[in-house]
Amino acid sequence: MRLLSPLDRKLLRDLWRIKGQAGAIAVVIALGVMTLVMMSGIVNTLEETRDAYYDRYRLAEVFAPVERAPERTLKRLAEIPGISAVESRVTGMALVEIPGELIPIRARAVSLPEHGPARLNDIFLAEGRMPNPDRAEEVLLLKGFADARGLKPGARLSATMNGARRGFHVTGLAQSPEFLYTTAPGELIPDDARFAVLWMSRASLAAAYDMEGAFNEALIGLERGASEAAVLDAVDRVLDPLGGLGAYGLADQQSNFFISEEIRGARSTSVSVPPIFLGVSAFLLYIVINRIVQAEREEIGLLKAFGYTDWEVSAHYLKLMLVIAIGGAILGSGLGIVSGRAMAGVYQEYYKFPFLVFELEPRSFVTGLAISVISACAGGFGVLRGVFRLAPAVAMRPPAPADYSSTGQAAGLSRRLLDQPGRMVLRRVQRQPGRMFGAAIGIATGMALSVGMIGVQVGFNQTIDLSFSVLDRSDAQITFTHAMSDKVIYELARLPGVEEVEPIRYVSVLLRHDFHDHRGAINGQLSEPRLARAMDAKQRPLPLPKEGIVLSTTLARVLDASPGDTITAEIREGRRPVLYLPVVAVADSLLGSPAYMNIDALNGALNEPGRVSGAYLRIDEEAAESVFRAVRDMPGVAGIGLKEDMRDAIQSIMDSGMGAMRFIMLAVAGIVTFGIVYNAARIAYAERARDLASLRVIGFSRAEAAFVLLGELGLITLIALPIGALMGYAMAALVSAAFSTEVYSIPLMFDAHTVGTAALAVLVSAALSGWLVKRDLDRIELVSALKTRE
Amino acid sequence: MPKPSDTKALPAFRTAGLTKTYGEGKAAVHALRGVDLEVPTGEVVVLLGPSGSGKSTLLNILGGLDRATSGDAYFTDHELTAMADRELTLYRRDHVGFVFQFYNLMPSLTAEENVELVTEIAHNPMDPGKALDLVGLGERRHHFPAQLSGGEQQRVAIARAIAKQPDVLFCDEPTGALDSTTGRAVLKVLADVNEALGTTVLMVTHAAATAAMAHRVIHFADGAIRDVVRNAERLPPEEIVW
Ligand SMILES: Nc1ncnc2c1ncn2[C@@H]1O[C@H](COP(=O)(O)OP(=O)(O)O)[C@@H](O)[C@H]1O
Ligand SMILES: [Mg+2]
Repeated sequence: MRLLSPLDRKLLRDLWRIKGQAGAIAVVIALGVMTLVMMSGIVNTLEETRDAYYDRYRLAEVFAPVERAPERTLKRLAEIPGISAVESRVTGMALVEIPGELIPIRARAVSLPEHGPARLNDIFLAEGRMPNPDRAEEVLLLKGFADARGLKPGARLSATMNGARRGFHVTGLAQSPEFLYTTAPGELIPDDARFAVLWMSRASLAAAYDMEGAFNEALIGLERGASEAAVLDAVDRVLDPLGGLGAYGLADQQSNFFISEEIRGARSTSVSVPPIFLGVSAFLLYIVINRIVQAEREEIGLLKAFGYTDWEVSAHYLKLMLVIAIGGAILGSGLGIVSGRAMAGVYQEYYKFPFLVFELEPRSFVTGLAISVISACAGGFGVLRGVFRLAPAVAMRPPAPADYSSTGQAAGLSRRLLDQPGRMVLRRVQRQPGRMFGAAIGIATGMALSVGMIGVQVGFNQTIDLSFSVLDRSDAQITFTHAMSDKVIYELARLPGVEEVEPIRYVSVLLRHDFHDHRGAINGQLSEPRLARAMDAKQRPLPLPKEGIVLSTTLARVLDASPGDTITAEIREGRRPVLYLPVVAVADSLLGSPAYMNIDALNGALNEPGRVSGAYLRIDEEAAESVFRAVRDMPGVAGIGLKEDMRDAIQSIMDSGMGAMRFIMLAVAGIVTFGIVYNAARIAYAERARDLASLRVIGFSRAEAAFVLLGELGLITLIALPIGALMGYAMAALVSAAFSTEVYSIPLMFDAHTVGTAALAVLVSAALSGWLVKRDLDRIELVSALKTRE
Repeated sequence: MPKPSDTKALPAFRTAGLTKTYGEGKAAVHALRGVDLEVPTGEVVVLLGPSGSGKSTLLNILGGLDRATSGDAYFTDHELTAMADRELTLYRRDHVGFVFQFYNLMPSLTAEENVELVTEIAHNPMDPGKALDLVGLGERRHHFPAQLSGGEQQRVAIARAIAKQPDVLFCDEPTGALDSTTGRAVLKVLADVNEALGTTVLMVTHAAATAAMAHRVIHFADGAIRDVVRNAERLPPEEIVW
């Protein structure tokens, strides 16, 4: 008994013969599957890890800040139905001075429970020891900040709390699910280096902030199945008389919002980008299989002449495709597991998880395999059609010369313009326009992929450039500890070296429209701000009229609101007015999801005229240091943020967080593009090897024979470029949308630079592929090439 | 398809008014213009005629590779012209062997594997090695087509055609691409098969001398039969000169 039927052995040898081509397709498929398995594995792992981290360290599900609530209020909170655990704590803003740093750093001081482990919001002690509850100067420092600043347990630092300056001793470094990301108040971008968290004894903190026997934040855990909205309402009812600042759920907690947006962004990338890769490889497989069947017409006729049924013959070719597709899928799954594991490790470090729950997404394997197999089968339909149509009598005829008669007329002109090999190229393209067009579409698809991925790289840069050069023209941003009289603006303007000052008032707010809501802030600004501006899509500054609100694109999308709609703004500060504001414009802001109002209108609504919460400064570079010194010593200043630092912070988030996926995607796109072009070259070569050998036999030189082959490839590539540019537009739109999150949006970048770079990549791929097949052509053994059909 | 009940009594092939037209209207080519023919079972029949006279077309139709435009064709008592594609496939699979002018071996399979390609799906095949022995290529069974000469490739093709022990063997200019010595060797194999297995052999050639080995010679011209000659005396292939 033979193990393999002769047809199966033919299959294996055919596979070996077209190994270059089969390998190229398998790799393209593998990369598609790899991105799918890797991305979904990372998303899964991050989600599982985040949830496990939250769970193990008992992260609260509801946060209820309040101005000052007596400790006994906690009992009343605990009685609210649906609440499983409550914990009170004292927190306060502080300014930390570290040696060598001119500008003090904003920090949040958080109380440690008086005895035993925290019921909620536990911390992970990464280094050092817990502070002694009896020693007021001992603190734990957030590890992310300590690492960014090179601080170790044992370090000493001084901090200003509630106006009083005190010295502290760092006993240990802690990690907490509550502070995966830290963002200074009033800023958009989390930055490890520019916001600190200190944990210290409750007693010492209560003393500093006047909170003895009281708390200013309640942490709440929910019972399974409890309604968060109902609990929030009930908590607000209890705390409102005490100056409740509005309870909010985990979804609105800052750190969780950022990490969840990162994961959500990764998920949307993972469901939209890998399918593009897979789709491209499916298409490629389809084209290749069709052409293999074309090339094997005689074999097919022969098999049919012997009495093999159409189905048996089709199954043979289908198997060939399935071997390639499944091989690619298996390779891709392996690569996906390996790269997913590696990337998950990188992300663990980046997100500062104390542990990692690595978990692949089983569905991704199934999906990857299924798409590969389906695409092979789609190619299979081409095979079936080809096989069923083909009359077995084909095998009886001698290998007939292809009919070029119909190209005769057009060739009349070319006779004068082109030499013999040139005409051969042209005739072939004329004779089989469909086939040439198919090959061009294949290459164009590869180019589109590159356009999309390069566009996204440019888009990321554009987000940063636009945000920090065009929208925001300031050099630094000052935040005050509380809303102050706008006299401070004049004081700032008087400082030597300050060239321009612009006030800003922000208030936290709950925005509602229809069934959508968003917890955030409204920026109250001058009616025609010059430093921090809102702009429309055409980069024209948007004035802020006395009436109404301007929403960022992201916010407008979240609220499903457009100009003309009226939204509700429940302001969570001061006398807590509820405003009904018409949306007057949508601003193309790329960072965060801000809302803009006229500062006078906002202050008017709050009944607090002439108040500012911060200021934007334009500073003479020479005088920067003296300005910072002066500002630091002004009363009420909570912090200074340099635009350069913010720019670096967002850059690092984009380059180390999920945005970093774009680099991998770019590499994959590059390889896929090359794979497609190389494949087109291999097909052209396989189909023409015999003709080219004949040319050589009748006396054409190597170069002339190569020209016939490479000329064809070159022509197809040139045809592909404009098509690829067009397809690239759609691809770029898709990919930039996939990479956008609520933290940053990636604009659609489709410009000459993007298209040009992608075109260059295609041309380089074509040149390299051409060189590779030309090497084979030079080595061709004339006699055997003529004797057997390829 | 059941084996014909009494094969000896019926002619292997019978056709009546068989026509074949390629294309339509002005461009139409009348490859067959009404062919009436009988091929007795077990004979070697040679089709002679100028190039383009329709010999291959007739062979293809009788071999179930192609369809007639009109007229009837029978293989024993089976009406080929009435068969569906699926039945034609079974007919080819169970009853017919082909030898082509250009050998048409699978380049990626060895000589033996090329034969196995057919024995694999046949009802009552002989051993592939034995088939290769019959054509004198038992030693070369593991060679690929590219390693064989034209004559050897054609002998592999014959081995492949006879290995399934077909009822009829169709040969379209089997010696067309061969020199006379090699051609004679190929013809000898065909005559031996006919002798040993009783296979009906239908062979197209334009080497008129080949006709001497046939039981019956059909002269073809312009898509129709001009005359049929029975050879009273057959020449063994070794003595044919062309
Ligand atoms: N597929 C086809 N399409 C059009 N004409 C064909 C086709 N096959 C054969 N012919 C024409 O039919 C005629 C008979 O061809 P064929 O049977 O091959 O002749 P022979 O084998 O006797 O040389 C020829 O004129 C040939 O050009
Ligand atoms: Mg012929």
